[in-house]
Amino acid sequence: MSVHSVVCVKQVPDTTQVRIDPETGSLIRQGIPSVINPFDLHAVEAALHLRDEQGGRVTALSMGPPQAEETLRKVLGFGVDRAVLLSDRAFAGADTLATTFALAAAIRKISEEDPVDLVICGKQSIDGDTGQVGPGLARRLGMSQVTYICGLEDLDSEAGLIRAWRQLESGRELLEAKLPAALTVTEVCNRIRYASLPDLIAAAGKPVEVWSAGDIGAERSRLGLKGSPTRVNKIFAPPARKRGEIFSAADSSPAAAAATVMDRLQDRGLKMGRSA
Amino acid sequence: MAGTRNNKKKESSAAGKAGADSNTGDVWVVIEHEGDLAARVSWELMGEARRLAADLGTQPAAVVLGDGENSGQLAEQAISYGAAIVYIAAHAALSPFTAEPQSRALAGLVGKYSPGIILLGATTRGRDLASAVATDLETGLTADCTSLEIDPGTKLLRQTRPAFGGNIMATIISPGHLPQMATVRPGVFPIAKADAGATGKVVTYRPRLAAVQPVRRLHYLPELEDEASLQGADVIVSGGRGMHQARNFSLLEDLARELGGVVGASRGAVDAGWVSARRQVGQTGQTVRPVLYVAVGISGAIQHLAGMQQADIVLAINNDPTAPIFNIADFGIVGDLFEVVPALITEIKKRKDGAGAGIVFDRVVAEQTRKEAAK
Ligand SMILES: Cc1cc2nc3c(=O)[nH]c(=O)nc-3n(C[C@H](O)[C@H](O)[C@H](O)COP(=O)(O)OP(=O)(O)OC[C@H]3O[C@@H](n4cnc5c(N)ncnc54)[C@H](O)[C@@H]3O)c2cc1C
Ligand SMILES: Nc1ncnc2c1ncn2[C@@H]1O[C@H](COP(=O)(O)O)[C@@H](O)[C@H]1O
Repeated sequence: MSVHSVVCVKQVPDTTQVRIDPETGSLIRQGIPSVINPFDLHAVEAALHLRDEQGGRVTALSMGPPQAEETLRKVLGFGVDRAVLLSDRAFAGADTLATTFALAAAIRKISEEDPVDLVICGKQSIDGDTGQVGPGLARRLGMSQVTYICGLEDLDSEAGLIRAWRQLESGRELLEAKLPAALTVTEVCNRIRYASLPDLIAAAGKPVEVWSAGDIGAERSRLGLKGSPTRVNKIFAPPARKRGEIFSAADSSPAAAAATVMDRLQDRGLKMGRSA
Repeated sequence: MAGTRNNKKKESSAAGKAGADSNTGDVWVVIEHEGDLAARVSWELMGEARRLAADLGTQPAAVVLGDGENSGQLAEQAISYGAAIVYIAAHAALSPFTAEPQSRALAGLVGKYSPGIILLGATTRGRDLASAVATDLETGLTADCTSLEIDPGTKLLRQTRPAFGGNIMATIISPGHLPQMATVRPGVFPIAKADAGATGKVVTYRPRLAAVQPVRRLHYLPELEDEASLQGADVIVSGGRGMHQARNFSLLEDLARELGGVVGASRGAVDAGWVSARRQVGQTGQTVRPVLYVAVGISGAIQHLAGMQQADIVLAINNDPTAPIFNIADFGIVGDLFEVVPALITEIKKRKDGAGAGIVFDRVVAEQTRKEAAK
């Protein structure tokens, strides 16, 4: 029993700091720190947990600029076995379709050496917020597609099956999927571990392999901006929230403040009583 | 998959021939359903499809993917909400929902009837299905749109959505690719008025699908009422570290009940172990867009705001007048939450005339007054 998982991790800007330059109307990129997409830490945890339980290997894969190596270094520190960075100008400007094209080509290459049982992604990236890459990989690789996992039930590698709970708006469902499978996990799927000292020391000696478009044998026309059907036509700042009316319970009384606020909510569309 | 690639070529050359203003295909809505119950967002989208189709001079259509059991009933409903055509794909493998057979059936329908636009709810299922189909068809897909319009010049679909945690808005187009696909955030558009007398055409399609699928559902647990989903809730009452103890959250449950809402939390409260992580609102939790968001004992850290700043109305209750949450709140009460929340509950009870009286938001008024307030 052993399982080889590929975890997809993305380096993203700290989105809480992203702003639009009011002068130029373009994105301010300078000085914004990069972080690992927080949901991807749960993907890494899921893969490590399965490996620790059942044996096998975890390969982390990221597509991004050279500095995305930091992200892979960080996950090596958690105990990931191998790290691959897809980095090439040809990948730049990719939407989710071009991203899955490149990642799928890399996963096929990884699989030639060591067959991949699971591809694990975060539920979404905090910059793109699409959640489209996981399902796209499932389709391109012909793997079972199980998204929004809120709990991993068990992996039976003998039978080639994985069972997981999937979060829906109306409830939860337990799915059984044939391996190989592509999964996306939510933040409630597990608790992220702390990097242990031995893992951190081992990580320092591990390389981050950097692959170009040529290394994965991908047609350039299907990568990056060229391979992306979607185009950003315009960006703009959302209407800013302003400080509204603040009442003090001490100045009047909690009851008076509550009554005033209820008046305001009714002005803003709250309807109550039998007429509602 | 050579088949799908050919398919794409055919479609994009058709687009090329007619020139840039060629998106003359119909506007489809995929009806999401669990058994005979359609997700509300499906009918919200039907209204949008009607509007977009009118701008394009094409027809609004609905797609019902299922085992055929409830399809007729759902089709009738879709027609009442404005579908001129309903495509029913019926196959045992299409129920319950799993992505693989659903995406094959939808891609099959697309190959046969060439829609110009496909809209799905930005729900877990809608996103799952849309991503799979867009990959198979190698077409553009825009996630989680909050506004849609037809460009009067190019006739392309302009899809606007929040990105970077809501800090920017982006308008996306997919020139030269058909169909143009979008998932749309639930609760953004009003439900169109149903017209029971409306008529429409029903087209039945029998996809060829394998009897044994790679994913099967073993169990389904509908959400328990006390853990109703934050997604799609009109009112969310969230508590933070200011709640001090797990059991104080019952106060918020009472307030949420009076307001017809559900309880959420800050990460502060989740990390303290008072609330399940499934309730967490924010950058690393859920992004919500209720009509009313009540933040109780929450300071308003930027990571929390990332998940709730798109609410129509924010009400903050905090005893610290300098708490940053007040900077983005429409209304605030500075005071001890253990006095203010009970006072609010009493006030709401007083205003509801008699037992059983409900409470709802008029979304149209809420939206209008939000725009006015933002000026
Ligand atoms: C990478 C990253 C991701 C994060 N993601 C999230 C996220 O998704 N969601 C999230 O919420 N946070 C997130 N955080 C954490 C965030 O930075 C804050 O630490 C957190 O939101 C604080 O929670 P809080 O407001 O409940 O607690 P506090 O900041 O401690 O605020 C408690 C508030 O309660 C008030 N209060 C206390 N007693 C009373 C009383 N009796 N009556 C009235 N008011 C009272 C206080 O004045 C104070 O303002 C993230 C942080 C990081 C670094
Ligand atoms: N450039 C990338 N490199 C590696 N993984 C990615 C990349 N983009 C997206 N992913 C993975 O796909 C998930 C969903 O991303 P998205 O579809 O952009 O919301 C992320 O949580 C990652 O696991």
